[in-house]
Amino acid sequence: MKRRNFIQQTAATGAFIGLGGLSLSFSEKAKKHITILHTNDVHSHIEPLGPNDPRNPNMGGVARRATLVEQIRAENPNTLLLDAGDIFQGTPYFNFYGGELEFKLMSKLKYDAATLGNHDFDNGLSGLLSQMPHAEFDFISSNYDFSNTILNGQTSPFKTFMKDGVKIGVFGVGVELKGLVNESLYKETKYLDPVEIATEMTRILKQEQKCDLVICLSHLGYEYKNESKISDVLLATQTKDIDLIIGGHTHTFLDKPTILKNLEGKKVLVNQVGCYGLYLGRIDFYLDHENKIDSSGVSIGI
Amino acid sequence: MTFRFFSILLLLLSLVACKNNAHITSSPSRITGKRISIDKTIPANSEIEAFIKPYAIHLNNTLDSTLAFNPSNLSKSDGKLNTALGNMMADLVMEQANPIFSSRTGNKIDMVLLNKGGIRSGIGKGAVTSRTGFQLMPFENEIVVVQISGEKMLEMISYLEEAKTAHPISGLELKVDKDFKTISANIQGESIKPEKTYFVATSDYLQQGGDNMVFLKNPINLYKIDYKLRNAIIDHFKKVDTLKASIDNRYIQIP
Repeated sequence: MKRRNFIQQTAATGAFIGLGGLSLSFSEKAKKHITILHTNDVHSHIEPLGPNDPRNPNMGGVARRATLVEQIRAENPNTLLLDAGDIFQGTPYFNFYGGELEFKLMSKLKYDAATLGNHDFDNGLSGLLSQMPHAEFDFISSNYDFSNTILNGQTSPFKTFMKDGVKIGVFGVGVELKGLVNESLYKETKYLDPVEIATEMTRILKQEQKCDLVICLSHLGYEYKNESKISDVLLATQTKDIDLIIGGHTHTFLDKPTILKNLEGKKVLVNQVGCYGLYLGRIDFYLDHENKIDSSGVSIGI
Repeated sequence: MTFRFFSILLLLLSLVACKNNAHITSSPSRITGKRISIDKTIPANSEIEAFIKPYAIHLNNTLDSTLAFNPSNLSKSDGKLNTALGNMMADLVMEQANPIFSSRTGNKIDMVLLNKGGIRSGIGKGAVTSRTGFQLMPFENEIVVVQISGEKMLEMISYLEEAKTAHPISGLELKVDKDFKTISANIQGESIKPEKTYFVATSDYLQQGGDNMVFLKNPINLYKIDYKLRNAIIDHFKKVDTLKASIDNRYIQIP
């Protein structure tokens, strides 16, 4: 019953995609199917927005997101759930509980990993550190060097996940904190160049770790008017071996992922689902028996 | 109805599946992407809801318990160069921050400057709660005190002449003419002296150049008093029974 409801919803929200995806799971059982679910900039939005919200009345809510994630996991257990940062700040839940509830709920929803956004520093490094015991998922941050701070050793530069024999590598890049966050909050955190770090991370994940899929969790922002300011769009074109960039920070509502060409002319997906948990992003990868997704010939149905 | 829809869907699926099979042999892989609306068609997970509930109850009890009474609707737009709400905000910063600043430095705050845009809501007539404080000031900004030269103070006056709006002030009295040119600018009853220095309380946002208030950047001294603007507001509400807020003569235009 629940499942049927869900199929209807899927069909209603994105008919072509729903059909395409399901057709494969019925007809091509041998093929491997990895589902990536993602959120960004949830900003402590635990409950749905109120009925009087001027833009998105009655949308969002963690308890609804839990239902949806559970349904999708039941449909495909080979699912990763990721967040691209700015978990904190935006409702009194954060001001009262300091992020405890956000982390506990994300743990209950079985998030696999998150990267850090600028607002996750709003209670300082100590405020973030004190909440980390409530998080049963990994914090992945590749371009913040915390070695001179109390956060040293609390985050990972990358993580790999094995799902149905498919190795998925995830790394994370954050926005420059200077000018955005009070220095007393991030202290001696060093910001490293995202393109250089992404180049290094993809080398490790692709060549050393032999990952089949590489995902970048980014809080850089989708795109800027100042075209030289590093963004997901720039990162996609200035790197190679990234299959998917899951973005945040700019609260960009993409109704489908953007497809860009990387340094080698291969396709990269960039996605971001606005903010406040109003949407859940979903990307499905279908891999052949050798776990290949040959991006040059890949058909991306979006 | 539901079942019929589902059958049609299955039929469609089988058709598409055939078509896709042919496609797949030439291209070994596929990626699909979309977003899913989290709306009221998705039922809430009851276990998660139950987990949130005690947090929500505590939060709402604290946020909605009455701290004071507000006898009239207050809006940051009621008034030209000074407003009842803005005056109350600037005055309460002076009142709440000055004792902390004095005890730490031995000096006194000369004036408070906030920005009109920083008042994020009005206050309706009736009960005033902590939630009111969160609505007025949803951000985490802290009160800071800068020591700046009299020359910088005159830059501030020029800034206000240009802004022509009710940026909240306390401790400063300004009279401007019909063209917004300053007739008099007094700090605690005395005109600003370029050779003196002044202690100005403001928010860390404005101190860092927010709203283009560049005269607050690079001060002679910067004092952080570790006091959030919102907490000062809520502490003020706790202290008073009834909000007293009115338009006065602190910043006026003489035609």
